[in-house]
Amino acid sequence: MTALSLRGVVKRFGPVEVIHNVSFDIPAGEFVVFVGPSGCGKSTLLRMICGLETVSDGQVVVDDQVVNNVPPARRGLAMVFQSYALYPHMTVYQNMAFGLENIATPRAEIDRRVDEAARMLRLDQLLQRKPTQLSGGQRQRVAIGRAIVREPRIFLFDEPLSNLDAELRVSMRAEIASLHRRLGTTMIYVTHDQVEAMTMADRIVVLRSGAVEQVGPPLELYNCPTNQFVAGFIGSPRMNFYDGQIERITADGLVVTCPALGSVHTDATQSGRPGDSVTLGIRPEHVQQGDIGPNVVRGEVAAVEQLGGLSYVRLAAPDMTIQLAGQTGLALGHTAAVTLPPAAIHVFDGQGAALPLRAMAANRAPQPA
Amino acid sequence: MTSAAQLLTARRGRFRADWTDWVSYAYLILGVIVMFGPVLWLFASSFKSEAGLNQFPPTLLPWQPTQVQVAGQPAPLPLVRVLTGAHAGEELAEVRRIGLIAQLVDPRTPNQVIRLRADAIKPVMQVRAAWDNYTGLFSKFNFLRYLFNSVFITVVATLITLLINSMAAFALSKYRFRGRDGVFLLMIATLMIPPTIILVPNFLIASALGLVNSLWGVILPGVATPTGVFLLRQYMLTLPDDLIEAARMDNASEWRIYWRIVLPLSAPALAVLAIFSVMWRWNEFLWPLIVLTRNEHFTLPLALYSFQGELTTSWNYILSMTVITLLPVTIIFILLQRRITQGIASAGVK
Repeated sequence: MTALSLRGVVKRFGPVEVIHNVSFDIPAGEFVVFVGPSGCGKSTLLRMICGLETVSDGQVVVDDQVVNNVPPARRGLAMVFQSYALYPHMTVYQNMAFGLENIATPRAEIDRRVDEAARMLRLDQLLQRKPTQLSGGQRQRVAIGRAIVREPRIFLFDEPLSNLDAELRVSMRAEIASLHRRLGTTMIYVTHDQVEAMTMADRIVVLRSGAVEQVGPPLELYNCPTNQFVAGFIGSPRMNFYDGQIERITADGLVVTCPALGSVHTDATQSGRPGDSVTLGIRPEHVQQGDIGPNVVRGEVAAVEQLGGLSYVRLAAPDMTIQLAGQTGLALGHTAAVTLPPAAIHVFDGQGAALPLRAMAANRAPQPA
Repeated sequence: MTSAAQLLTARRGRFRADWTDWVSYAYLILGVIVMFGPVLWLFASSFKSEAGLNQFPPTLLPWQPTQVQVAGQPAPLPLVRVLTGAHAGEELAEVRRIGLIAQLVDPRTPNQVIRLRADAIKPVMQVRAAWDNYTGLFSKFNFLRYLFNSVFITVVATLITLLINSMAAFALSKYRFRGRDGVFLLMIATLMIPPTIILVPNFLIASALGLVNSLWGVILPGVATPTGVFLLRQYMLTLPDDLIEAARMDNASEWRIYWRIVLPLSAPALAVLAIFSVMWRWNEFLWPLIVLTRNEHFTLPLALYSFQGELTTSWNYILSMTVITLLPVTIIFILLQRRITQGIASAGVK
């Protein structure tokens, strides 16, 4: 069953179109993350879904009902705001009960739902406090609690963790994920943090300047990005990109000449003619140290970051970031030889769209050397 | 207390007074005298009897002739001290004065009349408050009526002002609609029109609506003030839109958003406006003077004004009434001073 579908949704502010013809479906019970750089329209899209922004064109459908003209409260959605938006003059209990009071819920029912949500979120001891007397994480839980008591069809989260410190963010992430498992309700979560997207999502929607770039499960986005933007956005550190031209087309794949790397063998099939501009991409974690394969590149070490469990090495000429397992003996000024496994190289055409690869995406990650 | 002492003895020089300390303290003391002196004078004078007010040279404290009850005399007699002659130094009671000769009796031997020249005696003065100035307000004038009128106008007008101005401010700060800025500018622009210019049109409108000689005629024309709308709007702009959107998601009607979310959160600005409004209304003079012509509708300032007759002016009652008129505003200011400054600061800057 589809909990929410967007059909050709457009948003214009005056003459400026900020959301371009967005369409996708969200199955019931799924945890979907909208991710993209700031200003990509992900929050606007969320606000259009919940009704705080009007829809300029297209349809927002919740449970098979077009809700374009239904006021926010009647859509059966609940939103958790980035700023939490707790009413500062009300206690935690009043904050959570406000929405129910507004629809004239009987007092006993309000108490029951608030108590239940408070127990679930470990807020039972804090019900009589004001928001200012709570820590960031507690406020966040109150904001979630306020959404839970309304028993919505879909939860909307607008960058809920961005005001928390790193440690709290990790634990709240787990808490929201476990909440999703317990409630089984559809959740839409907006973030600019790809780690949150990768760890929490059943499916990710990558947005850029108001358009959907790719929709899919986290690993599909990682393994088979459909374009250069998604490839660069998902994964940390960022994928290395090199401009080049198709040198020749062989049965094994394209051979590409890059000014930075020389001649590089890839697994990309067909499409294009020799001389066409393409861009190669390889993730830092897929680059292998040593002279062990077809595409060997040498470069001078410009920077080394040792994190203990893994190391980041930055090469100058060609400019390349490499992630190595464990600790490395490479130091500043050394010359390192690295191998770019053809199966791990993504090839994008002049428009940035990914060229299909011969090998299965899932098997692409090479074994550690 | 220590902080007050610290404030009063603060100085720039670390161990002894710097010359700037002398200058600033001199300036501050001068300021205190200039600002506080008249009020103090008013307060002290309000306890003087009518004779004491006309006394020359004037005194700060209410000195009055000492009165003694002498056996055989129907009323208390003023006590005088004899300066020269056989009775020098004695305190006698003055029965009457005929020309330059005063007839005196010794309160211990009331039957023996002593005659002395008037310049040989001097009244014995003592500090005594003429409470009659205050009690007389209630017995001789319809003071409670004026007080009620003033209180009624102040309270009702302030409540309506807060309600109407906050509603306007809410709309102007939190709704997006065509012409919003135009309406706001128009409202602010009315500040540039001096009230005297629209006095006559206002009166004509009030008169056409039958509001003349009614307390509502004083209250209604002034309930929507551009200052109030501006103050509240600026404050409400600082309230996060998220809160209002959250309330909207929470099924709250626009009225409930206003009443349950926006109003409570605007309390600091509302307090400032309430204090302003109370002060404006309590001291308002010109408009009530025009609208209210019948004595039973007079407010305190009007009553004060009406005491100033063409032939006689009861200064003692005017002074005591002025003190009573000043008191409420002063008390409100003292109690809410911190709130006012905080509110003004946060309404303007934040």
